[in-house]
Amino acid sequence: MDVWSSLMDGFATALTPMNFLYAVIGVILGTAVGVLPGLGPAMTVALLLPVTYALEPTSAFIMFAGIYYGGMYGGSTTSILLNTPGESSSVVTAIEGNKMAKAGRAAQALATAAIGSFVAGTIGTALLAVCAPIVVKFAVSLGAPSYFAIMVLALLAVTAVLGSSRLRGFASLGLGLAIGLVGMDSVTGQRRLTFGQPLLADGLDIVVVAVAIFAVGEALWVAAHLRRTPLHAIPVGQPWMGKSDWKRSWKPWLRGTAFGFPFGALPAGGAEIPTFLSYVTEKRLSKHPEEFGKGAIEGVAGPEAANNAAAAGTLTPMLALGLPTNATAAVMLAAFTSYGIQPGPQLFESQGPLVWALIASLFIGNLLLLIINLPLAPLWAKLLQLPRPYLYAGILFFATLGAYSVNLQAFDLVILLILGALGFMMRRFGLPVLPLILGVILGPRIEGQLRKTLQLSAGDPAGLFSEPIAVGIYVIIAVILLWPFAFKLIRRNTPVAASAGGAAALAMDADDAVHSNHSAVYSNHKEQQ
Amino acid sequence: MTSLTSGLKGRSELGVALLLGAAGVVVFLDANGLVTPYSKSDPVGPKTVPFIVAGMLVVCAVLLALNVLRGGKGEAEGGEDVDLTHPADWKTVLPLAGAFILNILLIDWAGWVISGTVLFWGSVLALGSRRYIRDGLISVALSLLTFYGFYLGLGIALPAGLLEGIL
Repeated sequence: MDVWSSLMDGFATALTPMNFLYAVIGVILGTAVGVLPGLGPAMTVALLLPVTYALEPTSAFIMFAGIYYGGMYGGSTTSILLNTPGESSSVVTAIEGNKMAKAGRAAQALATAAIGSFVAGTIGTALLAVCAPIVVKFAVSLGAPSYFAIMVLALLAVTAVLGSSRLRGFASLGLGLAIGLVGMDSVTGQRRLTFGQPLLADGLDIVVVAVAIFAVGEALWVAAHLRRTPLHAIPVGQPWMGKSDWKRSWKPWLRGTAFGFPFGALPAGGAEIPTFLSYVTEKRLSKHPEEFGKGAIEGVAGPEAANNAAAAGTLTPMLALGLPTNATAAVMLAAFTSYGIQPGPQLFESQGPLVWALIASLFIGNLLLLIINLPLAPLWAKLLQLPRPYLYAGILFFATLGAYSVNLQAFDLVILLILGALGFMMRRFGLPVLPLILGVILGPRIEGQLRKTLQLSAGDPAGLFSEPIAVGIYVIIAVILLWPFAFKLIRRNTPVAASAGGAAALAMDADDAVHSNHSAVYSNHKEQQ
Repeated sequence: MTSLTSGLKGRSELGVALLLGAAGVVVFLDANGLVTPYSKSDPVGPKTVPFIVAGMLVVCAVLLALNVLRGGKGEAEGGEDVDLTHPADWKTVLPLAGAFILNILLIDWAGWVISGTVLFWGSVLALGSRRYIRDGLISVALSLLTFYGFYLGLGIALPAGLLEGIL
């Protein structure tokens, strides 16, 4: 079956009245939770996971699609109206978006963000529909050695490239891998790190881990440093755009999409890099460069589109390879496995209708977001005024409820508290959260592929290099790991920065823009929530 | 003050290194305690990966300790409602954790409606709200709503506990 007819079948499934209703509920719930300060898309998905338990998988994933895009949209609203982005991927949106809002152009900022998200999300989802089957075709030819290499690459890239301190990233990754070890070894049935506790034999539920690190850790951390003077949220009416706004927005939307999707689809994806690239590009190309820093609409349109296109891109390796590269994808992967569905190359074969219904509902969710949220923006802005004690008590309340409802055992709540304390500590000492979550999810899979590889080669380590793709990936890994050292060497040998070429200047531009605004938020890359 | 304590002051991040090191040792000891006969079908065995993880944790612990002693510092995370200008406010965090623990102790025995009320009410008070009655009513309403919502909407029966038969 070709892509088009599969997709049409997907639409037929997704547009049945009940499933459509779930999509609407998903979009509204996702936006409402995503708008709340401190709650990013991954946390939104994790907290709302229990709501989908009662549904059959197809309906659940249709609702998920809505929650995912809704959560993203909610986050950008928050960063425009509050100037304090809850996730690193909307840092750039906040730079110009909040300036626009302060200058009385909040309505236009929200409109260009919403419509840009729609354009980028639609193109991104279309690219996902086209690319994923191609990646699958390529992926079925890969053996365990290549999978092992790809997963190691994803882990190392997320750990070494993002965040401000590689050392702290690796520390976080190590903790995640250790948490992933807990439970029965899948091959020999040996119990590892269970300390004789039978409840640990099945391992730690990833939903519990994610909710603990994201929600409980965040609530405790904020509680310790709660701002006593309330933030001023800018009131907003119905979002709209004038003719000149449209004229200035449509090219940045498309360029942002072009940056976002490929970066999201890479195994080392993320939304930070493309949003920065988009910002810097728009600044260079703009006919109104003097407006940048004072609220230029291009600076909202481009990065917001890049952000959403990257979100769609992320789903490509997630669905086709079973490889999550950001926290939201990791939580979605956990949700898939809880339904007994294994994402990966076989997914399109074994669960074709479900996957295409999911992709179709991404299109639908995108459109719903636009239709529902443009009129509802003033209401969402009101949510920002929710008194903070209720907000954070509510996060704890629903985190508890979500974690407890997975297995209905109080023991999970003990784990929730312990890991919540760990999340608190990580925030206090600047350990990034994302490597930990990916370590928990990918650790057991990596181990499985490693053992399969060496089983095939009868224990000969050369088996790791038995596929050309694997070898190529190891070269990339070596470059990523050695790059900073090489960079230092080059610098030492050329004391005068003579090579102020395009790339370096671009990087500096982006750096300036961020550091003057939210250096703290960026460097700790809060995208995890 | 001795030179040691003054050297350690403001270096609470060394605790993180300690935790990493301890985790590494625990992972190592646990894996070392596994008894596995060599098997041809699984040459890697269940020990290899834990050993690697343990090694990684210990190396990170040592490097982090060195980094901190040389003046390195992890940046605390900012956010919408985070004000890093004042030190950690334990008078908020500890009661909050207390409410959480009470919920764990109560949930199976007293049931979700009671323990959830305690959790939400306790948290709101810990976070500084002072409208006791209104907060209490909201807590009860939230717990009841989620109890019935989960039961009727999702088919998940949260424990009724003491109120069994009434709810």
